[in-house]
Amino acid sequence: MSDAWRCNLYKGSGEIELEGFGLIAAEAELKALMLRSLAGDGTAYATLLRRLNGHLRAYYLRRLGPGRAADAEDLLQETLIAMHARRSTYDPTRPFTAWVHAIARYKLIDHYRRTKRLAEDSIDDPDLLFGSEDSRAAEAQIDVDRLLRRLPERTRRLIQDVKIEGLSTAEAAERHAMSESAVKVGVHRGLKSLSAKLEGDGS
Amino acid sequence: MKTDDLIAALAGDVTPVPAHTVGRTLGFGLALGAVVSSAVMVLWLGVRADLMHAMMTGPFWMKFAYALSVAVLGFGLIDRLARPDGEGGIFGPLIFAPLAVMVALAAYQLFGAPEDLRMKMMMGSSYQVCARNIVILSAPIFVGLFWALRALAPTRLTLAGAIAGVLAGAAGTLIYAFHCNESAAPFVAIWYTLGIVAVGALGALLGRISLRW
Repeated sequence: MSDAWRCNLYKGSGEIELEGFGLIAAEAELKALMLRSLAGDGTAYATLLRRLNGHLRAYYLRRLGPGRAADAEDLLQETLIAMHARRSTYDPTRPFTAWVHAIARYKLIDHYRRTKRLAEDSIDDPDLLFGSEDSRAAEAQIDVDRLLRRLPERTRRLIQDVKIEGLSTAEAAERHAMSESAVKVGVHRGLKSLSAKLEGDGS
Repeated sequence: MKTDDLIAALAGDVTPVPAHTVGRTLGFGLALGAVVSSAVMVLWLGVRADLMHAMMTGPFWMKFAYALSVAVLGFGLIDRLARPDGEGGIFGPLIFAPLAVMVALAAYQLFGAPEDLRMKMMMGSSYQVCARNIVILSAPIFVGLFWALRALAPTRLTLAGAIAGVLAGAAGTLIYAFHCNESAAPFVAIWYTLGIVAVGALGALLGRISLRW
């Protein structure tokens, strides 16, 4: 589907505007497809759905904003299913694009209502607000950094590399131009000295 | 599910849709409810004993015409509002026309009557039960219409619910008119209207909740 067919957003007119070709051309073509679909023409219906798919995806992506592609896709599928189940509500004496737009907009508003309620639910939950583990982890990180700064430079580097970054003893030995056993001893001493400092702080 | 697969599945499921499906779905719900409601009226309240005689008098047809015109306009409106892009159009303001005529007729009768008769013309002999009976007789029709609407696609849920309620109320009133033996226009203008409006209000409240799709 070319960009020229993209929906150009709802402007309060009750219709979806289409760039380039204009609403009238799209209306004529899509309406013809819809009338054949209502008569039971499966090929016309597949073409129509693919066309609507392009329009609706662009519409929801723009409405929901970047980063909400998964929501837009869900909404798009829900809208296609709703249109299918309720296609008898299209009145052939009225514009087809207005019918499509009314359903797309209804589903969008319904989505906003649902997600707003979800957001309110989570704010209303004290556990979610006060039980966060993230801040404790952050505080722990600060404490470790503070403790490490009290170790000699060389030992601190060794512990950071092996215990925090997760390097193997061999990798750390290579990085610091030390033997593996020297690394092991250095880390062991460093940790021992750290735990001694912790106990000292705790008393 | 991938959207392309969904489209293929939907396209494979397409069957011809007859014209005027919306009107027929609503009409079916309405008729089904009206059958139940008529049975309730006959078994519970009974048809007025002097029906044959009453049908030759003006007041019977006044009540009949009032309820029928509201019902016809209500059906025209709900047939539009059951569609996503539905607008009331000319039927919107027109639905108040029967009420305006009824109120004018009631006022005309009241001012032409002796003062001591006026209260009697407004209260009749069944004011305590009239609106309540209309609400009860409207209930099956209300259910039928809401059931039909749930298969359709209204997007203005409160309005669609209200109009479905008014239509159910008017249809229930039409059925009640075969039992009720009141004949004064002021009575009809007050108590029949109250019954219809009550069902309409119920529809507005329930529409928001139960018509979502």
